[in-house]
Amino acid sequence: MIESYRLSVSLLGFGGSCRLVNPMTERRERYPLLRRGFYHNELHYGKVGVTISINPETLSGPFAASKNLRLPTAAGAWGKQGAYAMPSTLFRRAATALTLLMISGVGLASDWTERSDHNLRPGVTPISQDVYDLHMAILYVVSAIGILVFGLIMYSVFAHRRSKRPKPADFHEHVFLEILWTVIPFFILVGMTIPATKVLIRMDDSSASELVVKVTGYRWKWSYEYLTYQDDNNVGVNFFSNLKTPAEQFNRPALEAGLFPYGTAAENYGKDAPEKDHNYMLDVDKPLYIPSGVKVRFLITSDDVIHSFYMPDFGLKKDAIPGFVNEVWTNVPVGNEGTYYGQCAELCGKNHAFMPIEVRVVAQDEFDGWLAAEKEKAASGPDLTPFSSLESALELGQQKYAASCALCHGANGEGGIGPAFVGSEMATKPEHLQEHIDVLVNGRNAMPSFKAQLTPRDIAAVITYERNAWGNDTGDLIQPADIAK
Amino acid sequence: MTATTAEHHDHHDDHHHAPHGLKRWLFSTNHKDIGTLYLWFSFAMFLVGGLLALVIRAELMYPGLQVVDPEFFNQMTTVHGLVMVFGAIMPAFVGLANWMIPLMIGAPDMALPRMNNWSFWILPFAFSILIGSVLMSAFGAGHPSAPNFGWTFYAPLSTTYGPASTDLFILSVHMMGISSIMGAINVVVTVFNLRAPGMTLMKMPLFVWTWLITAFLLIAVMPVLAGAVTMMLTDRHFGTDFFNAAGGGDPVLFQHVFWFFGHPEVYIMILPSFGIVSSIIPVFARKPLFGYASMVYATASIALLSFVVWAHHMFTVGMPLAGTLFFMYMTMLISVPTGVKVFNWIATMWRGSLTFELPMKWALAFVILFTCGGLSGLMLAITPADFQYHDTYFVVAHFHYVLVSGAVFSIMAAAYYWLPKWSGVMPNKILGEVHFWFSLLSVNLLFFPMHFVGLAGMPRRYADYALQFTDYNFWISIGAFWFGASQLIFLAVAVLCCMKKGEKAPMNPWNAPEEDLEWTVPSPAPFHTFDTPPVIK
Repeated sequence: MIESYRLSVSLLGFGGSCRLVNPMTERRERYPLLRRGFYHNELHYGKVGVTISINPETLSGPFAASKNLRLPTAAGAWGKQGAYAMPSTLFRRAATALTLLMISGVGLASDWTERSDHNLRPGVTPISQDVYDLHMAILYVVSAIGILVFGLIMYSVFAHRRSKRPKPADFHEHVFLEILWTVIPFFILVGMTIPATKVLIRMDDSSASELVVKVTGYRWKWSYEYLTYQDDNNVGVNFFSNLKTPAEQFNRPALEAGLFPYGTAAENYGKDAPEKDHNYMLDVDKPLYIPSGVKVRFLITSDDVIHSFYMPDFGLKKDAIPGFVNEVWTNVPVGNEGTYYGQCAELCGKNHAFMPIEVRVVAQDEFDGWLAAEKEKAASGPDLTPFSSLESALELGQQKYAASCALCHGANGEGGIGPAFVGSEMATKPEHLQEHIDVLVNGRNAMPSFKAQLTPRDIAAVITYERNAWGNDTGDLIQPADIAK
Repeated sequence: MTATTAEHHDHHDDHHHAPHGLKRWLFSTNHKDIGTLYLWFSFAMFLVGGLLALVIRAELMYPGLQVVDPEFFNQMTTVHGLVMVFGAIMPAFVGLANWMIPLMIGAPDMALPRMNNWSFWILPFAFSILIGSVLMSAFGAGHPSAPNFGWTFYAPLSTTYGPASTDLFILSVHMMGISSIMGAINVVVTVFNLRAPGMTLMKMPLFVWTWLITAFLLIAVMPVLAGAVTMMLTDRHFGTDFFNAAGGGDPVLFQHVFWFFGHPEVYIMILPSFGIVSSIIPVFARKPLFGYASMVYATASIALLSFVVWAHHMFTVGMPLAGTLFFMYMTMLISVPTGVKVFNWIATMWRGSLTFELPMKWALAFVILFTCGGLSGLMLAITPADFQYHDTYFVVAHFHYVLVSGAVFSIMAAAYYWLPKWSGVMPNKILGEVHFWFSLLSVNLLFFPMHFVGLAGMPRRYADYALQFTDYNFWISIGAFWFGASQLIFLAVAVLCCMKKGEKAPMNPWNAPEEDLEWTVPSPAPFHTFDTPPVIK
């Protein structure tokens, strides 16, 4: 339920936030409310007042199912559909803006789980806290220097203008001053390097880890391979992690909704247009699980171009480079279980923005259970159950095509970076069937191999789908056993 | 006002064959005409690069993919960066050097006039090739793709995975490099050989000093860039594996080579700005420049240090701890001489008799906003924090503060300061004021919120973003369109000056001290100046 809410006015726009208790983890989390249309929540500001209304029905994740969600209404009562109004004056807006600007850093330091939209996140690990403290320290130092320098300039601009001082002074040297402003900054810098060096040395020590996960960047997804866990040196669990946000949420033609599309998606793009999820661009189909209170070492590499593994809440960013194995580590303290998000931070081609990282930090016993289940799945070998009908193959094929193929070959097989399937020789002629399978399994030129990412059953379904959808009605039904050969 | 004009030689009598028409510009060996060509070319590129940036900002105005495909978006970020760095800022500085260095040191022309012509005329071809690849992409519905790997063109994204147009890009970069090296050699030779009698090195105006040091940086690092793109070329077509891990190569080597060029390049784009501002502030403070000698030494030490900080662009590639620490310390050290410069400018203004004509407004805005960029640079030097800032919009904010409100603002200051000398007409005051105030406000609306979204974790070169970044991106885009539109006002100012519309400029409109030789020739500066060198006391 909502514990508290805060209406804040940031420098450049109005925003609000509320604290909600996440029913899954029982932890307080702050959620920002942005302008209507993007967060499903509405924030109006007019002559009379500022109103926030939250529609909990549309909140995603754990809140969607929550029966306990209550919001304050304008009348002061609690209800599911809530609104809160406060009188708004120009003065109040300006005053709130200034106050917020000044206290923002202080306010944020108090809560580890804040999801800030204008400052570095303190994160949830001791290292990320250290980084945050360093950031705030250097921010205060440069702010002080800035105030001094700009103050001197402004003083000079006002006090030394020609109307006030018709005759200029004539000095152009002052050895003592010049030495002073060389030496003082030098010592300020030395003062900053000492804590920075200490943190850097701590970050560098990845020894004594209990869990080792190999992270591999692909265009445009991540794969995770659990290598060792405690005494088990051959965990053998690995999987790929793809963006979950469906394409319909981001493909929105320009100007269809006018120059300023402030309404909801349905208002702007027609009633069938889906709203953006709360974790738009961040949710994945299969997140990485790590236990809390355990030192986890990530070995980071890449299969193709350079990517970068960026987890702000853990204070981590390390490049994934083909031919190199980089290492970083984290240790999320017990009590900070939850879902954390990161993104790829090194330009890796077309869908650079579309390969997020989702990490579920769970208690160690829950993790052990999850890992045991995953190991069992891995041990049972590939599922080669034949498809009972063309329809069942097409259904699975459509899902897998959307997740793995549509980014390059188009949502409707029309092509893009990769060739089109609609009416293509490859996807319609029987003599190309084997080649069609080979390319998908082994890759060709820019097309990666999908051997590791899709099961034989998935591959069979995708090939079947490509040969039957969009008017390619070949009637071919490929069975998992055909692929396993 | 122009009473002294009559005392000067009337050079036009000596030149019955003064070139005119197209040939005047195509075959020019005159430093003033070539300077003008450079300046117009760079302004044209500034507008082209700006248009590309507006495509980016239009796409990012709202979350979702509304305007362009992410593939085309990447082409926009790439070509925007290349056009602005190599097409707008660098040629603008070369144009200023061409115009002003001979006038400032009392030389009749640049030392190598034919090479001067060639180094300019390579550029339109180089950029036609680069921009041609964008046009092919835009009008061929994305096929073939223009360069799409960022202006830093990291391997293997630009080698194994680069589009076919990468070869056009390589050719274009080679041509730009040749042009830059020739321009730099010309500056060095001119400064060392053609100074007027009595002008010792330590009497040279700071603009000349900063350009001399910049020229050495260019000669040192442009060949490194040429090496990087040549290695790319052989990797792509001739079976080498410099950057290909599968063949035993090293993708990180590319970054080391690139940034060994790239970091001095950053100073190539800012040192001449320091010179411009050091020329302008004393004139409007009516006081000599404070700490001339320390300005020269600070510039030289920045240039030297710029060779040992390159890896601060690559803290996240996984360097050994010792290497990381070394580059952190060196990077922090470089802020000391930069600070000295800022303090010197303040001391120059201190107890002066200040007025705020347009050049001074731009120069002051430069000092303040460049310092903002410098301060965020200091934050970026703190390596553990840099791990978080790296490749986010915080970095984008930082380098746009130093390059747009830094380098570009100083170029604008230079233009308003010297336009009377170039054209013989004072720049239109009303348009100039609107241009300045619009640019000042919009540039901050455009780039300041980028600090916030960057800290909040928005990675750069993203065609779409998570929802918590929505509000700021909207305002950033508004700032971008406002800033872009404001630059068209400058187009009007420049065209009016070229058409000689406006108040006639006296020989020394800003009452600069007489040591500043450029103000001792008539306005507009005659086709040939200082045929007989002036004597410096």
